[in-house]
Amino acid sequence: MTGRPEAATEAATEAATAVAEQVTPDGAAPGEPFAVTLEVGSSLANHTGSWRVERPVYVHRLPPCNDACPAGEDAQGWLYRAEEGDYEGAWRHLVEENPFPAVMGRVCYRPCETACNRGELDEAVGINAVERFLGDEALRRGWRLPDPAEPSGRHVLVIGGGPAGLSAAYHLRRAGHQVTLREAQGALGGMMRYGIPLYRLPRDVLDDEVQRLVELGIEVELHHRVNDLAAELDERSFDATFLAVGAQLAKRAYVPAGDSARVLDALSLLSGAEQGTPPVLGRRVAVYGGGDTAIDAARTARRLGVTEPVVVYRRTRDRMPAHDVEVGEAVEEGIRLRWLSTVAGFEGGELVLEEMVLDEDGLPQPTGRTERLEADALVLALGEEADLSLLASLPDVEVRDDTVVVGSGAQTTHPGIFAGGDAVAGDRTVTTAVGHGKHAAGQIGAWLAGRDLVLPARHELATFDHLNTWYYADAPKQERPRLEAARRTSGFSEVVFGLAEDNALFEARRCLSCGNCFECDNCFGVCPDNAVAKLGPGNGYAFDLDYCKGCGICAAECPCGAIAMEPERR
Amino acid sequence: MDEHGDAAGTAVRTGPGDSGRTPVKYYQVGSFAVGNRLVALEQRTVQADPERSNALTSGHRACQGCGEALGARYVLDAAMRATGGKVVAVNATGCLEVFTTPYPETSWQLPWLHSLFGNAAAVATGVAAALAATGRDDVRVVAQAGDGGTVDIGLACLSGMFERDDDVLFVCYDNQAYMNTGVQRSAATPPGARTATTEAVGPDPGAPFGQGKDLPRVAMAHDIPYVATATVADLFDLEAKVETAMAVHGARYLHVLVPCPLGWQTASADTVRVARLATESGLFPVFAAVDGQVTSASRIRHRVPVEAYLRQQGRYRHLFPSEDRPGRPDVVARIQAQADANIARYGLLADGDGDGDEDGTRPPGSGVAGSGVAP
Repeated sequence: MTGRPEAATEAATEAATAVAEQVTPDGAAPGEPFAVTLEVGSSLANHTGSWRVERPVYVHRLPPCNDACPAGEDAQGWLYRAEEGDYEGAWRHLVEENPFPAVMGRVCYRPCETACNRGELDEAVGINAVERFLGDEALRRGWRLPDPAEPSGRHVLVIGGGPAGLSAAYHLRRAGHQVTLREAQGALGGMMRYGIPLYRLPRDVLDDEVQRLVELGIEVELHHRVNDLAAELDERSFDATFLAVGAQLAKRAYVPAGDSARVLDALSLLSGAEQGTPPVLGRRVAVYGGGDTAIDAARTARRLGVTEPVVVYRRTRDRMPAHDVEVGEAVEEGIRLRWLSTVAGFEGGELVLEEMVLDEDGLPQPTGRTERLEADALVLALGEEADLSLLASLPDVEVRDDTVVVGSGAQTTHPGIFAGGDAVAGDRTVTTAVGHGKHAAGQIGAWLAGRDLVLPARHELATFDHLNTWYYADAPKQERPRLEAARRTSGFSEVVFGLAEDNALFEARRCLSCGNCFECDNCFGVCPDNAVAKLGPGNGYAFDLDYCKGCGICAAECPCGAIAMEPERR
Repeated sequence: MDEHGDAAGTAVRTGPGDSGRTPVKYYQVGSFAVGNRLVALEQRTVQADPERSNALTSGHRACQGCGEALGARYVLDAAMRATGGKVVAVNATGCLEVFTTPYPETSWQLPWLHSLFGNAAAVATGVAAALAATGRDDVRVVAQAGDGGTVDIGLACLSGMFERDDDVLFVCYDNQAYMNTGVQRSAATPPGARTATTEAVGPDPGAPFGQGKDLPRVAMAHDIPYVATATVADLFDLEAKVETAMAVHGARYLHVLVPCPLGWQTASADTVRVARLATESGLFPVFAAVDGQVTSASRIRHRVPVEAYLRQQGRYRHLFPSEDRPGRPDVVARIQAQADANIARYGLLADGDGDGDEDGTRPPGSGVAGSGVAP
């Protein structure tokens, strides 16, 4: 037990003596008390813990942000460090899982914020904004990624230098493996470079984070397209292979088009813009599709001088796969959206659009009604698929629906060949790919060691009903400033700015710390039996089961749901 | 969004407006919690201090989840800090006396006297007089009693103490009935509540309307220097009021609502929550008065109907419908009217928030950058 200061007791005894001296009846020795007296603190002999039928225990519950993160980041954990102003500690905690905070802080669609419990209180914590702040801070200050472990003597081939391949290379290298990374293009980054426009991700940020990773000692072979995997594996022996070739083949749709009609796909527009060789588009461009790539293509076209980009989509905005943030910014930039329309033909500078209606299942059905839209070019943004021709020589690698089939261990049907990123089924986002890379690296390490990877059991989810939100003060979200719409379309300047340090700190401190103690002293304060000991900064608290009666007030008043009541064992 | 400057990272959170405390800056995480690892020690509550007095220590025999045990430690630890540990406590008979001093044990870690049920105020007056006579003006006196020892049995002595303006802080821990003798009604038992002497039967079940004493207002009518109410649900407020009271000489009165799991028939874990609902419904107004005039009242942060408070408690169970009874919505409506009257009398809602719209209410000082001084 804590907090029985001798000084207070002495002062108290002195005061008691003063009283006793004054009122002692005649005959009693001075200083003798006149009434029944009891020893200070004598009730400690009474161990009220024996009354208990339930005991409190400190627990960790899984914060929804962490649960939702495709890259497996411990967002609550690094926010906790950032709250203290320990940005380097926060960044180091973050890069345990993801080596690209500055990229993530710009391109991630932040499922963490969608899941954030604070969203039920006022607004979700701006996790992504803080992540970007940490990432930029690391680049500015030159923080290095953690050193690799001792050499394992194993050599892993990674095919594809996109987010999945780089993430796998990072985690494999950190585990001490030798890593060779083969990339078909002349620069690393994959879709981060050739699919995400400059105004969302300045290339110096990407280059710096990639370079920092490569400097861990990854052997990079650029311009090395792997066309025949079996041949390459014969040529040089690797202990394992990670296949992360992405998906770059644009899906096509049949559009009856005249000879003069200009039809191209979104990826060639985006990568052309990246490589300084943008295609000729004209003044009026229609983009066909409803995903993020369609929006990226339209916004890029706008910056290439197209005055009237139109996105044509066969369903409605609420059913669009593109993320709201992107669509909103596109509309601000003057991009028009045309719902419930398909492209039925393209001839003589005119698109034929057929009007659609949604049936009761929400599927678009043709109406036969058409109208015409003047257009100089049509950009198809209908999705991408993987080019898996390199697997032709390895028929035992199972491919289904144009994606590589992997088990829960990220391994293909060919032992020793693992796969991830856009080449396998799943969400096609940078964050998901980074998560695939990390997951596969862990699995490859275990496979090389000849054992199963045992992941720690996931904690119970810290849902909103576990929180006592009374204790959190209202705090408005700090929004990231953005470039004025009028100034965006004249170039590829970054649209969204970062938070300044003070705002980032404020935002980090909006975190509710769901499911994990943040040392608010509530349990220590609200116990009617003084049965909680405070162990000092960073050390949390401990229950004194000699006196804890098991009332449960500590658990009920814990703001973040880090205390559970368990039945007492007999 | 405003220019960032002072807005970032901190919000201002103050104690009650009358306490004269400097507004304290709190961070956005856990601003209303007992402490916070991100703020300086002196900005946390007394209860956050590992070196707190623990004037009422472990091993006492209060029921699980006792609000009175919690409230008494809160009050006395704050008084001990305010006086440098020089406090004498005088206790009336009641739960607090019984559960802390079963012979031969005591849980008190300060000089503590018990005489009779009804004379705590008079004994405290005598202690204060004795200290004054010996020139010990550094030692302060706190008298404490339950609601029975205050509003019923001890009222004559207390009123005399008030009238003479004796230098005593009298604290009433109000759990709204005689609990340790088996939950009999006191003059602090609220209307409609079931006790052993006001059973939930007949046309007017539970304690009657139109009876009982509102002791904070009785105290104010004596024009004593300081009268305040508090609950175990707002520690910052409670500690600030004790600190204010200890900075004043003369007769002072602090009325603390302390839920009783036994008598209120609540879960032991819900003690703080029920106290919070009592204030958030407006049924228990938290305010302070100087020289007989109300000077501040704690604003409701998230207003709730009284039903949210009553439904937590078995002593009001008969007011709500179930398989074997129709419930008494008319009685609930009368209790709601009492809460509404309190809200009007003490101004418990923020300005322009008369409709009880939750979004309009903000905790005192939770706004950004320096706007937080309570009125």
